[in-house]
Amino acid sequence: MRRSNSTPSQSQMSRRLLLTTAGAVSLGAALSACGGGDGGGTSASSAKPVSQADIDAAMKKPTELTFWTWVPDIDQEVALFEKKYPAIKVKVVNAGQGVQHYTKLRTAIKAGSGAPDVAQMEYQAIPTFTITDSLLDLNPFGAGKLKDTFVDWTWGQVSGPKGEIWAIPQDTGPMGMLYRADIFEKHGIEPPKTWDDFAAAARKLHKADPEIYLTNLAGNEAAAWHGLLWQAGAKPYATSGKGNVSIDVDDTISKKLAAYWGGLAQEGVIGVEPDFTDAWFSALNKGKYATWITAAWGPVFLAGSAKSTAGKWRAAPLPQWDASKPSSGNWGGSTSAVIKQTKNPIAAAVFAQFLNSDPASAKLFNTKQSFFPATKPLLEDPSFTGAAASFYGGQKVNQAFADIGKTVSPDFQWPPFLDQAVTDWTETVGTALTRKKDAVAALDAWQSRLTTYAKAQGFTVKTP
Amino acid sequence: MVLFLLMFLAPLGYAAYLSLFREKLIGGNAFVGLDNYVTALKDPLLRQGVLRVATFFVIQVPLMLLLALAFALALDSGLLRLARVIRLGIFVPYAVPSVVATLMWGYLYGPDFGPFAQLSEKLGLPVPHFLSDGWMLGSLANIVTWEFVGYNMIILYAALRTVPQELYEAAAMDGAGAWRTAWSIKLPALRPALLLTLLFSVIGSFQLFNEPKLLQPVAPDVIDNAYTANLYAYSLAFTGQQVNYSAAVSFFLGLVIVIFSYAVLFIANRRRTS
Repeated sequence: MRRSNSTPSQSQMSRRLLLTTAGAVSLGAALSACGGGDGGGTSASSAKPVSQADIDAAMKKPTELTFWTWVPDIDQEVALFEKKYPAIKVKVVNAGQGVQHYTKLRTAIKAGSGAPDVAQMEYQAIPTFTITDSLLDLNPFGAGKLKDTFVDWTWGQVSGPKGEIWAIPQDTGPMGMLYRADIFEKHGIEPPKTWDDFAAAARKLHKADPEIYLTNLAGNEAAAWHGLLWQAGAKPYATSGKGNVSIDVDDTISKKLAAYWGGLAQEGVIGVEPDFTDAWFSALNKGKYATWITAAWGPVFLAGSAKSTAGKWRAAPLPQWDASKPSSGNWGGSTSAVIKQTKNPIAAAVFAQFLNSDPASAKLFNTKQSFFPATKPLLEDPSFTGAAASFYGGQKVNQAFADIGKTVSPDFQWPPFLDQAVTDWTETVGTALTRKKDAVAALDAWQSRLTTYAKAQGFTVKTP
Repeated sequence: MVLFLLMFLAPLGYAAYLSLFREKLIGGNAFVGLDNYVTALKDPLLRQGVLRVATFFVIQVPLMLLLALAFALALDSGLLRLARVIRLGIFVPYAVPSVVATLMWGYLYGPDFGPFAQLSEKLGLPVPHFLSDGWMLGSLANIVTWEFVGYNMIILYAALRTVPQELYEAAAMDGAGAWRTAWSIKLPALRPALLLTLLFSVIGSFQLFNEPKLLQPVAPDVIDNAYTANLYAYSLAFTGQQVNYSAAVSFFLGLVIVIFSYAVLFIANRRRTS
């Protein structure tokens, strides 16, 4: 999906996350609970595999699955599944998007009944549901075999500390930069390769034409900020063991980022208005901003929202902190997760896997919903990468973002209280950026608010 | 009676029950007695939110009711041309869902491409920043006034229509003009209706939620999640997962509203008896 304002989770090895209450992960969980945090990490989940015979039997038994998703027209992908497994009927329910969806999901899970079997879930939301032990580990259902089908970092995002597989990736949003080639050309600006170049270009452009800015950094878009943190190599959150969380949102890397963007905002050479508002859409249409720092879903989104600028845009990787080691972060995209309360775990798990890994279904997500793929075969498919986008002057935009996707680091993690982190960011760092105040100092406020919250929620908080 | 219990008291009772516990993400649920209420009393964010809506009440409500009263009297005077059209015109904003109204005003207020901004630019005037810190409460008051003047006007107008014709005749016999009739007959007759609109307004002001919530995306640095008390309760429950504390905050807010409403009634009644 396009973007969400939550934040979620991730990574694999190092993080032996909260096993939470993971009752299901029977033996291993009990052992490690006794032993108190093993140092290990990567070992496969200890849940016992379900036999192929059981899976076959379950897939032939008439079953109705409920699937909560906000993806439009997903019936078409679901139909592929129902065609392959005629005994299984999938009821698609749109329970709202983003926060609304999660709120209803949380409520249903808490109530103990009424939750769906399978739910749409953004990467960053996963830890907020594993902390309450609400997701089913898909290892016993053969999900491990899909590891190599999916882009490495996405697998990191859906994996738990003990090798659990909490969800199956559906689409992604590796971050890149869309820019107005015409504005760049007019002012003699080369697409910046580094953030230093970018800052110089921002000053140059605004000086040459005070009506326009090189870019806009929205003080309400915590998701973009997290993506930029990800690119810069920050590790703001880590969870280890049950209830241990480390919060480090004001480390050196974060401070570098805040000083950079806060500085540009204070100089007045970038815009700082909220994004996805009427004014922001007008600004993109009218050429107030010469770039949009966005993600892989951005090109299609922009082509639909700024029609009057067709043909003028181009895509490029994000500017780099270290040009010799290109990297990027992720913003957006989502997964399918199986809710632990499901009465049909096998059918639900097979559905989540089929929906996202079946080549025809995965391809359909790209062609119908314009999702940016999460599977390697599709990202290497010439019919995908070779598509020339007229909105981008015929550039092979898919190829550009497929290449960027390879530079996303796989070990960024999300906190188990993402919504709080997002809100607190908006009220501290986001507000400082918008009001051109000291963004570095605001990082400390963010850190302290989050720490206070986590402690009040019973976490053992480790701060640097 | 059963329906009453089920529909009204049960949810209240459940919220009250919830407010006595504290559930944490780690460590589960525990009974904490009135702890949540003690926290709420000391919570600077809650106090700030309540003070803000109180300010809002003091500024917006008199303005709105005076306007509503003026329109109702004007319509009732029978001196207006096109009275029906005007009556409908003033009432129509009430029929617009507040969500739509706020989105529309959010666009009108826009500092870059909003019509007001463009107009002042054309005239060479400074662009008003309706969505900035200093203006925001006024901008919200404007939206709420626009939405509810018509509603209050209809209540007052309906009350005026029930004044017995004989009173007017008697006043005319005594030589009272239009203004005198308005002052001595219509206004006293409106007192119960005015009190009613005032009470509705107390509740509406203190529960201010839709408008700030919807303007939040366009002014995230001005409207934080504790901007009004109701918004604070909402974000506690749905952002922070602090359902219990949120229930306590809601009850606290309810108490504030009861006290305020009572104060309004008390003052009004004392005037009547004096």
